Parts: sequence; C-alpha cells; structure tokens
Amino acid sequence: MDDVRVGVFICHCGTNIGGFLDVLRLVDYTQSLPNVACAKDNKYTCSDAGLTEIKNAIAEKKLDRVVVASCTPRTHEPLFRSTCKEAGLNPYLFQFVNIRDQCSWVHMQEREKATEKAKALIKMGVARAALLEPLEETEVEVTPCAMVIGGGITGMTCALSLAKRDFEVKLVEKEERLGGTLNSLYRLYPTQDEASKLIQAKAEDLQKNPKVEVLTSSEVKEVKGFVGNYDVTVKHGENDRLLKAGVIIVATGAEALKPTSMYSYNGENIISQMELEQRLEKGKLNANKVVMIQCVGSRNEERAYCSKVCCLTALKNAMLIKEADSNAQVFVLYRDIVAQGTQYEDYYGKARETGITFIKYSPERKPVVEKGSVRVYDELLNEELTIPYDLVVLSTPMISHHDSAILAQKLKVPVDKNGFFLEAHVKLRPVDFATDGIYVCGCAHWPADISESISQAYAAASRASIPLSVGHVKTEPLTPVVNEDECTGCSLCELTCSFQAIRVEETEKGRKAKVIAASCKGCGACGAGCPHKAITMQHFTDEQLLAQIISLGEVKP
Amino acid sequence: MEKPKAVLIVGGGIAGIQAALDLGDMGIKVHLVEKNPSIGGRMAQLDKTFPTNDCSICILSPKLADCFRHQNITLHTLSEVKEVKGQMRDFSIKLRKYARFVDEEKCVNCGDCSAKCPVKVPDEFDMKLRKREAIYPYYLQGVPAVMTIDREKCLYLTREVCKICEKFCAREAIDFEQKDTDVTLRVGAIIVATGFDPYDPSGISQYGYERYRNVIQSLEYERLICASGPTGGHLLRLSDNKPADRIAFIQCVGSRDFRNNRYCSSVCCMHATKEAMLAYEHDPKVKSHIFYMDLRAGGKGFQEYVSRGEQEYNISYIRGRVAKITEDHDENPIIWYEETQTSETKKMTVDLAVLATSFVPRKNVEELAGTLGVELDEHGFFKTDPLSPLDTTRLGIFTCGCCREPTDIPESVAQASGAAGRAAEAVMG
Repeated sequence: MDDVRVGVFICHCGTNIGGFLDVLRLVDYTQSLPNVACAKDNKYTCSDAGLTEIKNAIAEKKLDRVVVASCTPRTHEPLFRSTCKEAGLNPYLFQFVNIRDQCSWVHMQEREKATEKAKALIKMGVARAALLEPLEETEVEVTPCAMVIGGGITGMTCALSLAKRDFEVKLVEKEERLGGTLNSLYRLYPTQDEASKLIQAKAEDLQKNPKVEVLTSSEVKEVKGFVGNYDVTVKHGENDRLLKAGVIIVATGAEALKPTSMYSYNGENIISQMELEQRLEKGKLNANKVVMIQCVGSRNEERAYCSKVCCLTALKNAMLIKEADSNAQVFVLYRDIVAQGTQYEDYYGKARETGITFIKYSPERKPVVEKGSVRVYDELLNEELTIPYDLVVLSTPMISHHDSAILAQKLKVPVDKNGFFLEAHVKLRPVDFATDGIYVCGCAHWPADISESISQAYAAASRASIPLSVGHVKTEPLTPVVNEDECTGCSLCELTCSFQAIRVEETEKGRKAKVIAASCKGCGACGAGCPHKAITMQHFTDEQLLAQIISLGEVKP
Repeated sequence: MEKPKAVLIVGGGIAGIQAALDLGDMGIKVHLVEKNPSIGGRMAQLDKTFPTNDCSICILSPKLADCFRHQNITLHTLSEVKEVKGQMRDFSIKLRKYARFVDEEKCVNCGDCSAKCPVKVPDEFDMKLRKREAIYPYYLQGVPAVMTIDREKCLYLTREVCKICEKFCAREAIDFEQKDTDVTLRVGAIIVATGFDPYDPSGISQYGYERYRNVIQSLEYERLICASGPTGGHLLRLSDNKPADRIAFIQCVGSRDFRNNRYCSSVCCMHATKEAMLAYEHDPKVKSHIFYMDLRAGGKGFQEYVSRGEQEYNISYIRGRVAKITEDHDENPIIWYEETQTSETKKMTVDLAVLATSFVPRKNVEELAGTLGVELDEHGFFKTDPLSPLDTTRLGIFTCGCCREPTDIPESVAQASGAAGRAAEAVMG
C-alpha cells in the first residue's frame, strides 16, 4: 500500500462548491495526506478540460488511484470512471467524494465548518481509494425478444415499433381484446376521430406482423431473471407458459377514478365522464342541460395531483353534446383549464365559441349538487349561481391501475406515492426504470393523452432496443463473493436478498451460497447479514470501509 | 450502393443529444449538427430544473461528454444544413461547416487569448447581461471545450488589424487561415430538434421591457441566478446591483394572446414556480408573486411542487392578467393588475419583474423547413399529426422537443428517444 499513488481532483463546480467552501485550502490539505501524489482544483472537473487534466495526470504522475471531490456520484461517477478507463486505469480504482451535496449545499451558511467537513470526507476517500482493487465487468447475452405488458394504444404502438426493427415481441394483454382504455372512449381530442377505428387499425397491423405474438386473456404471473435474460411465466386460463425475453416494457395504463359518494354520484343523472363517453357513443343522451364538474377527486388532500387530460376530455365531450344539439346548455365548472401546447388553446377557444359556459370555482367553495340544480360560487362574478340540470358529469382523475402494485412487486420496480410506476430519473430518464432492461410508457407512468402516450411508446421501444441491438449487456462487478470455506449454507443471504441474486445450492462441499451476478444490484444486504462473514462485497470490503472510518477518527476537530 | 445506416440530427440541445445517444448506443452512426460553437442548447442556460430542482448543467454535462466521446456520434458544431436531396433511407446532405479560426485539436480552453482580446461585445449565452471578447468560450462547460473567434466582431477578420490572440496562444491554436467548408453526408433518416427562441417582449410596450432595467425575461433571470452566470449567482437588480427581495413573475407574456401567440407555452407556470423557489433559497427574505391566468401543473409531481412553493417558499399565486408595468423614482417596477378573484384593480411595487415570455420557433425556421422540405404549422413549429406525433410531413424526417411544440425537459427527452426509435425503424427496417 505504500507505493500507491492517488491523484485527487477537487471541483469548484462554478460557485456551487467554490462559493461555499475554501477549495484552495482543501487542495493544500489534501497534498499532505498519505499516498497522495497530486492534488488539484478545477473550475468544473466534469468539463472536457477537467477530464483531460485527469487523463494527463494519470499518465504524467503515474497515478494508480483517482479521487474526485465534487457533486454527486449519482450523476457523475460513470463519467469519471470512464475517464479513468480511457487513460488505461481500471475504472474501479476511482473513488468519489461528495462535497457538494454533503458540504456546500447543506451547510451553505457555514463556510468554515463545511470546509472542515469536506477535509474529513476527502481524507476518508483517499484512505479507501488506497485499498481499492481492480475489478472487471462481466458480459451476458441478450435474448433477442421483448415482452410488452399491456395491449392498449401505448403497448400496441411500442410492440409495432420493435417489430418493425425485426425484434420478436410478445404482447401480453389481460383482457380478451386489445385496446385498453380506448375501448371505453368514444371520440378522441383534438381530431374528434373515433377511438374504435384507431384501435382496429393498430390491431390489424399487429395481427399481420409475423414478429409479434399477441397473448390476450393472459397475465404475467411471475418474473425471474435479469436484463437480457428474463423468464416470464404468463398465465392463460389454467395454463402457464414460460416465455423468455431480453427486455420488458410496462404499458399497463391507468384507470379512471369512479366518483362513488362524490357529488351525489348515482350513475344515472349524475355520472362520470367515462360513463358519458359510452352514452355519447350510443347516441342517446336525453339531456338538454348538462353541468360538468372538473377536478372531482383530484387536486385535493387525498390526491394532490392534476390528471392533465380531464379538462380536454370535458371540452371534447361538451362540444360533442353541442354538436348533436346546438340548443343544449353545457356548463363546465373548473378550477384551472389545462389546455397546454400549440393546439389545445384553440380547441378551448372553439369550445367557448360554441356557447359552452365556463365557470371558475375555488376549492374553498366547491359546487354543491342538489336535486335538479347545482349551486356554485362563480369566482369571477363573485356571485353564487344556481344552475338547473338534466345531467351532471363528474371529471375524475386517472388513477394508477389497481394491478400496478402487484405487477411492480413481480418486476421489483418502484411505484410513486400515487401508485404510478416510478421512472429512473424524473428529468432525464423518463421511460427507464432504475432496473436495467425494464421500461415504462403511457399512463402506467403518469396520466397522458393519446399523443403523448404514442411518443412515449416509441421512446420505450427505442430505449429497449438498445440491449436488443447490441446483443449483450455488461454487468457491474459490485457483487458479493462467497468464501465457501466459511459458508455454512444457512440460507440467510437467500432470504435477505430482494433480487433473487443469491441462492444456496448443493455442492461437493455441501450446501453453499452461489451468486447470480447479473441479477445482483450490489446492495450488500447479504454481506452485512452473513453471520459467518463468508460474504465479501467487492468494492465495498470491510477493509475498505474500516479504513475510511478509522481515518475519520484521526481527523482533528 | 448500400443504403446508409446513419442518421442526421439537426440541433444539439437536450432533445438532439438524447436522440443521438440512443441511436449511437443502438450501434447506428449519428451526425449531430449544431449551429452554435458548442452543444447544450437551452437546457445549458437554465440554472435549476423543476420539479426536482436538479442543477441543470450538472445533469446535462455528463451527456455532453458522452456525446463527445461516443464512437458512433460525430459532432458538427458551427454547422448548418444547406441542402437535402433524396428520400428516406437515402438522403444526401450538404453541410456547411463554418470556420472557428481555432484549431480544436490544439486549443485547451485556457483563456489566455480572450484575456488579451481588446473587443468587448454582449454575450449571447448570458442573454447579453455581460460582455465577452471576440475570441471566447461559448460557455464554461460547453462541448467541445474550445475557443471560437466571432467573425463579425474580430478586429483582424473585419479590419485586418490586431491578431493579438495569436501572439498569446502558447499552443499555436489560432488559425486565421481556416475556411468554411462544405461536406456531403449520406444518411437514412433525419431528426429535427432545433428548439425554441424566447419571444421578444419589447413588442408588448405596456410591460416596459427594455425601457425599465428591472423588468427582465425568464431566460435572463435564469442566467442571473445561475452560479456560472454574470453575477456569480447573486440575484441582483440590473439598475443598482441591489438584491431583489420582492419579485413579480408575469405569466403568459406573448402567449395565450390573440395579438401575439394564441397558444400556451406549457412550461412557464412551472418554471416561474421554480424561479421563485430559487430566489427564496438564495435569500429567505424574498417574497414572490406569480400573476397567472390558469395554473397548468399537469406533469408528474407538478401540482405538489406548486403547493410546496405556496407553503414553504413564500410564493403567492395571483389570478389575473397584468395590465401594465410602470416604475417609481427608484426604478422599482409597479405592477398594475386586476385581481380577478375579487374584481379589484390593484398595483404592487416590487424590486424585480420577470416576464415569462412564450416559446416561439427559432428564427430562420422557415429557411430550415424549406431546406428539409417539411411543413410548419400555423405558428411556425414543425408540423406533426396527433397520432404520429414524431413524424414530420416528409417521410424519413422526424422531430422532437420544442421545435415541434413548447415542451418540458422530461417530455422532450421522451420524444427524443421516440424520434430515435422512429429513425431507427427507417434505417434498420
């Protein structure tokens, strides 16, 4: 360990770090640490110039360990690792020290103490870096087949896109027929096209495509495996079928909240927007005075979010009512009209021109549905109005599909607090899961209209096609290794693992734990839990972690 | 001749970058064309991003570096598409690459040249809030990270005097002999991702933009509050360099307006909320007022973000369209408005007014559409159909991000991946 040469690069991150910590003092301090061959500061270590400086230093200073003290490994560790790799250094000889999130951001008002904390973190990082070992990624083959779960417009579009690229696709739909939510809709905004025609055209394309196998009345029962090699058991009636897939796309959609016990909902003359769709399709409304209420069961304490599509759905149905009977009176009671983008403002304008009346209400003074009339306080007139009705239509939000939580468990992917599937990164990875090889699109992710769902379907197809095109995936070596001499086969690790990545098997030496590296997420639960210390987490060995902690003890307050 | 399995992407913002990375990762060759000296686009100009308040450049810059180093991606910065011939699966593209007058291989972005350059001109990236030299880095984290000489402003290139940068460049990277060149590329598909421009609010004279120094627009605000911006991240008034404690955010400036742009720009409710939050994070004394028409917060986590703004960040939302802005003797903007919830006419004095200007198509978009042979919609955005949302009117040419419609970052990224998928269908199918 004496001959280890560590290079440390400390980032100002513009003023994100430099404005709150004394970076130059950190550089001075770092130079005095054991094993440090060079310490430098950069305005932005992640900039091209910063990366070049790391690469040059690896060559010129003969560095065999690199430490970057900057923002967060969450976004930047891959970049610095590959920079090391490009300079011929094993990427696992890189150590990240987080002095932005953990120092400058959380201690903005305390420059002195924050700088001291950064010194300690750097010292700990250097201590661990000295003990890092080179590791190699492993490669696994990818089964050239995609499974799309959900046969609505999103799933169908996604399946077709992949099939056009010549990949095998299994499209699994739990209902008897394809179409999903669109089967319950009449016409679609903003073109007023019939939903059924769209579904029919897509379904025909799918049936014609030899690359796609459509499995209706089928449900995903169990999912095993990992990116490139998923084994999915699909249940069809009494029969189970095992299918192999390299990637899985979740396109299971959402459902509309049923407004039970809201605004005197009765399913007869007080109905939901979904029920209105079906009445409009049948062509018999028998209502001349219609009152629509927006944000029913959304943007409230129980369900804080705006479901985005309900305003436009209401506009569309209101216009359809006026189209069928220009004498009909339609009132839309709203909080904010959400009509975003280049087309929908005009659509909203058109709705106003047809004579639909819009009344703004506030959540503090909600409309009251009484027998024969709705009372509402008009926020703009500052007056209470009484509107007689034949029909009240309640616009309820899309809520997560009732099966989402169960499917999420089978796939081991997260859902958000509203039950929608949770993507890997809200801004930059909108259709990926954190788990490799699984993707999400359409309303399973968040309420979306047809256009957005189709865009996302293509996006998920595109992302999923990456491992399929490459034909293999690399897995990180941050996995446990089992010392078989110490392992007693107690199975505690197997029970602890959330990813089915470790299994106890019979071997010549008796029952021993075996690691399935490609399934492993590197969480370390097995290693921490092993009562015999038979499991070592690569890259997070006891020695490495202890060195960090011991070095912290040496820091003088 | 074999059909080219390559894709041309026009525009190097987040949408173009994401499309390029997806295609590159699929093993498809990509030519990424950017007219500015570095890629990054509008997202690089933002300080933080809603609803997570992630630092924009921090999450973008790894992608810039990935693009630069990707073996399947060729960057063409300072370049423009001049001609498109052929059809899907076999387009022939003429690209004009403008001279940078700096050797990209030799320049290390050290800044010795710009330190000596005698020319001072407004910096476009920082929304003209500070001056830059005629030899300059497009922005600090820009990729490629090299200097560029502004041919319109350089004394040597305009008047054949100076060349002082050449003397001070130790690496001999300055090259006044560089010429504009035309290259021909063969590709199977094209993705248009040229983004947007902010609407110029000086046309709405009642808001006093350009007349009053403390009335600014959103992108200027983003630069002002950004650590790498002209004030080092201090939210200071342009009139007197004093901190702004009372801020008014005026929504729908140039949008939802029959005299200007009828459409809604989709993202302004959210970016105003974010900008108000950032001001409070910088200084908890700050009180922000957001003047809006309809609050449009339909994205994932957006409504909750707005509620957090109200509850924890001292933000008030006032429904009402601002009638006019005047100023007092201390150059404080005075906001005149009708609070529609009470039907009262009111005025409010603030330190700073921020206009949420609408997203408009890039200037010269007609010329590009003409070159590409695709149609624009009535507003000047690339025309698509709701059921084929990523296809332009010409087969084999796809589009994503703000050049097709004002769109937030997650949706732009999803569309970019989607457009990459459509382009891959075209070249591989």
